[in-house]
Amino acid sequence: MTEALRLLVSLDPELWGIVLLSLGVSGTAVLLSALLGVPAGAALALWEVPGAAWVARFTYTLMGLPPILAGLVVFLVLSARGPLGHLQLLFTPTAMVLAQTLLVLPIVTGLTLAGVRSKDRAIRELALSLGATQWQAAWRVVLEARRAIGAALMAGFGRAIAEVGAVMLVGGNVRGHTRVMTTAILLETRQGNFEVAIGLGLVLLAVAFAVNAAFYRWQEGA
Amino acid sequence: MPAPAFRLEGLVKSYGGRRVLDLESLEVDAGSVWAIVGPSGAGKTTLLRLLNGLEKPDAGRIWFFGQELTAANGLPALEVRRRMTMVFQTPVLFTATVAENVAYGLRVRGVDQGSVARRVARALDLVGLAGTERRGARSLSAGEAQRVSLARALVVEPEVLLLDEPTANLDPANAAIIESLLRRASGEMGVTVVLVTHNLFQARRVADHTGFLLDGRLVETGPTREFFERPADPRTRAFIRGEMVF
Repeated sequence: MTEALRLLVSLDPELWGIVLLSLGVSGTAVLLSALLGVPAGAALALWEVPGAAWVARFTYTLMGLPPILAGLVVFLVLSARGPLGHLQLLFTPTAMVLAQTLLVLPIVTGLTLAGVRSKDRAIRELALSLGATQWQAAWRVVLEARRAIGAALMAGFGRAIAEVGAVMLVGGNVRGHTRVMTTAILLETRQGNFEVAIGLGLVLLAVAFAVNAAFYRWQEGA
Repeated sequence: MPAPAFRLEGLVKSYGGRRVLDLESLEVDAGSVWAIVGPSGAGKTTLLRLLNGLEKPDAGRIWFFGQELTAANGLPALEVRRRMTMVFQTPVLFTATVAENVAYGLRVRGVDQGSVARRVARALDLVGLAGTERRGARSLSAGEAQRVSLARALVVEPEVLLLDEPTANLDPANAAIIESLLRRASGEMGVTVVLVTHNLFQARRVADHTGFLLDGRLVETGPTREFFERPADPRTRAFIRGEMVF
């Protein structure tokens, strides 16, 4: 543990690279999930599309998707004989982003759906009664659910930054290339370097805390 | 003779097989203040929601200033909807400042920034909440919240104002403020007011016409004074005397 802290404080480039890659991969996965999942969740909540109930159930189910399964799917798609094998993305950070997006997207979609739905009726009718168009009213509902949507993004980030199975499988834990905090912890543990492993775990927690704190502050101000 | 603000004919609305509203006819003159009284579950709120276009009748028609309100599908046309606003029983405020709440109706209508600020200030002044623009809507008391709701509904200068038990959850002082504002809105701005209430005293104080709704049917309507002093229907008499058992 002292070892990890020492590395961190001494600005060890390898450790910082690992931290930054973790943030980059998980952050990008959350960003992609936000771009796709927030509109999707809001749409599912606001419009009575045929089959929407089934899509919602499916989404909620996927919120519990095991990371290793998400990794496996992306692995098969990106592997040499897979449909996207020619892109040669396996064992790259891009593959890790894709796998984590698969994990985070259902969470963002599902929690956005639930958050928007809880605001839906009263706010929408109020907006309409004040002369809003359907679109303006829908947008207002989404705005009112902004805290719930923020919480959805944070939950997604928590899942992404903490998971090991998917990034291990599709990233391969290549030193200096695809090694992130969780896979580094796994490696150190297997090698018996428990002190370093625990130290890295604390670093992971500290990073998650910092991101959450920053986000919370931003949301309070919004 | 100008077209009435509302003309209803053969209006029927059911929920889950239960007929909650069954009105033969009703005319609300432009510029009048109507109170619809009746016990809970009489269909008062449903009637307002139909007038506002939030619900569609199963049968019958509604004319709004001579124009058919009920669209074949979905909500009434936007230009029509924008001529009326509604205040709900529980004040629903957006999670935003007081000013942003009051400004909403102006914003969605694309009113320019400068006039928005001016009109919001004037509307808040009208409801006795001048200078509260920057306060968070959540920090308001129930009475203040309902007055903000009223300011928000009046700021767009609607031709018709619909109110669903606007003072049911308020203390007498705030209720009195709301009532006097309704009189002013009618007297000074010429707004047609349709007020749903179970409070007979309020109907008597505020309305110039009153209708009694019972089990989805209009039992009796008339000028308020006549309605209360010489009710024609024995059920109205019983309701006014507080003898009606629900």
